[in-house]
Amino acid sequence: MELTTFWFIAIAILFIGYFVLEGFDFGVGILLPVLGRDDRERRVVINTIGPVWDGNEVWVIAAGGAMFAAFPEWYATVFSGFYLPLLLILAALIVRGVAFEYRGKRHEAQWRARWDKTIVVGSLLPAVLWGIAFANIVRGVPLDASGEFVGNLWTLLSPYALLGGLTTLALFVLHGAVFLALKTTGEVRDRANRLARRVGPATAAIAVGFLGWTLAEVGADLATGVVMAAAAAALLGGLAANRVRREGWAFTGTAAAIGLAVTALFLALFPNVLPSTLDPAHSLTTTNAASTPYTLGIMTWVALIFLPLVMGYQAWSYWVFRKRIGVSNIPA
Amino acid sequence: MDALELARWQFGVTTVYHFLFVPLTIGLVFLVAGLQTAWHRTGNEKWLRLTKLFGKLFLINFAMGVVTGIVQEFQFGMNWSSYSRFVGDVFGAPLAIEALLAFFLESTFIGLWLFGWDRLPRRVHLACIWAAAVGTALSAYFILAANSWMQNPVGFRINEQAGRAELTDIGAVLTNPVALVTYPHVLAGCFLVSGAVLVAVALWHLIRRPAADTDPAWRSALRLGAITAAVASVVLVVSGDIQAKVMTETQPMKMAAAEALFETESPASFSLFTVGTLDGSEEVFSLRVPGLLSWLATGDPHGEVEGVTDIQVSYEEMFGPGSYAPNLPVTYWSFRLMIGLGALTVLISLWALWAQRRGRTPTSRWLLRAGLVLPLLPLAANSFGWILREMGRQPWVVFGEMRTADGVSPAVSVGEVATSFAAFTLLYGVLAVIEVKLLLKYAKQGLPEVSPPPEPDSEDDQDRALDFAY
Repeated sequence: MELTTFWFIAIAILFIGYFVLEGFDFGVGILLPVLGRDDRERRVVINTIGPVWDGNEVWVIAAGGAMFAAFPEWYATVFSGFYLPLLLILAALIVRGVAFEYRGKRHEAQWRARWDKTIVVGSLLPAVLWGIAFANIVRGVPLDASGEFVGNLWTLLSPYALLGGLTTLALFVLHGAVFLALKTTGEVRDRANRLARRVGPATAAIAVGFLGWTLAEVGADLATGVVMAAAAAALLGGLAANRVRREGWAFTGTAAAIGLAVTALFLALFPNVLPSTLDPAHSLTTTNAASTPYTLGIMTWVALIFLPLVMGYQAWSYWVFRKRIGVSNIPA
Repeated sequence: MDALELARWQFGVTTVYHFLFVPLTIGLVFLVAGLQTAWHRTGNEKWLRLTKLFGKLFLINFAMGVVTGIVQEFQFGMNWSSYSRFVGDVFGAPLAIEALLAFFLESTFIGLWLFGWDRLPRRVHLACIWAAAVGTALSAYFILAANSWMQNPVGFRINEQAGRAELTDIGAVLTNPVALVTYPHVLAGCFLVSGAVLVAVALWHLIRRPAADTDPAWRSALRLGAITAAVASVVLVVSGDIQAKVMTETQPMKMAAAEALFETESPASFSLFTVGTLDGSEEVFSLRVPGLLSWLATGDPHGEVEGVTDIQVSYEEMFGPGSYAPNLPVTYWSFRLMIGLGALTVLISLWALWAQRRGRTPTSRWLLRAGLVLPLLPLAANSFGWILREMGRQPWVVFGEMRTADGVSPAVSVGEVATSFAAFTLLYGVLAVIEVKLLLKYAKQGLPEVSPPPEPDSEDDQDRALDFAY
């Protein structure tokens, strides 16, 4: 395999990991006031992701670093071109991370209420904006001959991209709800199950609509279509499992659906990394945006050794915190 | 202001702000790991109580370090896309390796440590904080290797056709002499900060409370902090000295600027304090140590140190017309403030150590006042160190290869940079106030009462409260 292709796949894996993992913790953040009716319940909700959200977030830092190292042109164009959305994502991630850590450090109700709002907004914004960003990457943006983005903010907010944002939002909310149903006991668990059941069909409709539109936009090829169908099937399977309250399977279903949907987007993108809507000759591809074979070779060794290791110890951390928690576990 | 100037200010503000949290994080994670190890070994509860208190301060601080760090990585692409295109092949590698090798380790094991008190066997739980500590140390190394490449580019060639720098030798980048001397210097700076924090917190409790009432654990904290600061200062002096010599070889202009030395001199004196015009070109009064600069720069008290004017002439020959001198007042004063504030930190720490010798309890009000400002001194010293390093490199973003002015994003507007600069500065300002208040609250509250965590995982513990929940 070409090293450039390997790195395209590696970056796809990092983003899949990011959306599957941080996807549910964004969902949990958004659902905080919906599923946690009082302070104790809200603490249950936050503590389901307490040990892992920080490790989940590193996936996007690794993905960004890998883009920088393996495809510097892609990194430079996307990060300077999507300036304002990224600014909002960064601000959201900052206040959200601080909120988890600081919320419990004082006991006043007002202090906690403020951080709760911060958690909701800080989870909601990235959940929408990552979808908008990825929709734009897959469909392409106006790039000039030197690979610079020549559009503006409104270019990024096309109906297709907005549907992309709605799709990630809906998927993450559903994913968060089934995660909470899996990780909690009592009232919170029941509420999470009911909510997943209610938002499930709408989420499926939005996601299928977005994937269908993507096929129409980028031209249908068989592999992409098959993976998209698999994503839809996984989502429906997850919803069916949720109905019979097989919570582990429901979570497996939404995780697989998100993973497969992101896979499909990367398949639709390949061999481009950022198509130009002005002239296909200006498109950034895995070859014209790549680093040298020497750099890619070194990075490949690092990735082959450390990515499995990371997956191993992160999996272990999920195993350590596998127990469900409920209001009785929350210290006064 | 144009986009370039705003982007430079933004980089300065976000970097200095980020680096207010990093040193405390790196230093404290090791001290907390050490405290927990002491508890593990001796079973003495005072160590566990100190672990819990400083662990809490560490976590309050760690959260800010993490979230402000993401901005640093994204900022290269957002504000400095031309720079990113030019250096990605070389500079991206250590950054990506940092994330894969260090950042995952750090954040996953912090989560395990924080929530794992009653979920993990004690030895495994202790290993988690050490894993996180190793992660932070590795993280610092890769970032400094990347930064050192900008100061002293090695292991690469310029591909004229592609218009970029390309990596030819990763070993050279990772063993860059600038990186090797910077690493111990920066780590020691981190330990100086955390040592000072321990001393300050302990002093406050020892002096403020009636002697009969004081907790003996504070004396241990004070000793640990002061000894950490003292050892760190030795490493700082030695590594700083070697660093000055490497800097004189690789970036003579930075050395000349740090001393505001215009004419080449041998031997060159070091001015401790100078009153004169702001750019240092005319002196009214100057307190000087003869030969010291020569010794710092070359290791020989009679050695020749090149001045700004001469280096400017030779750089114009090499790189064409233009100014190659950094902002002299900034570099000159950063250098002195770094050294002075660092030295003051150690003196106050040793004073505190002296005040509690042989079972004495420190009582001096002056020592208490000094203790209150103590943590600020090494933080400021670290910041001035970075300002010297980064401002002293100007006008280059990659020394000798790319000017800062050529690195900025061409497609990003003044309005966009201004918006993000304003947004981050405002956000950072608000968060700083909150963080400092929280740190003070927990530092004042003092040592928690502890019951040793229960043994993990008997199945009848379904309803037991989580030990360290949010």
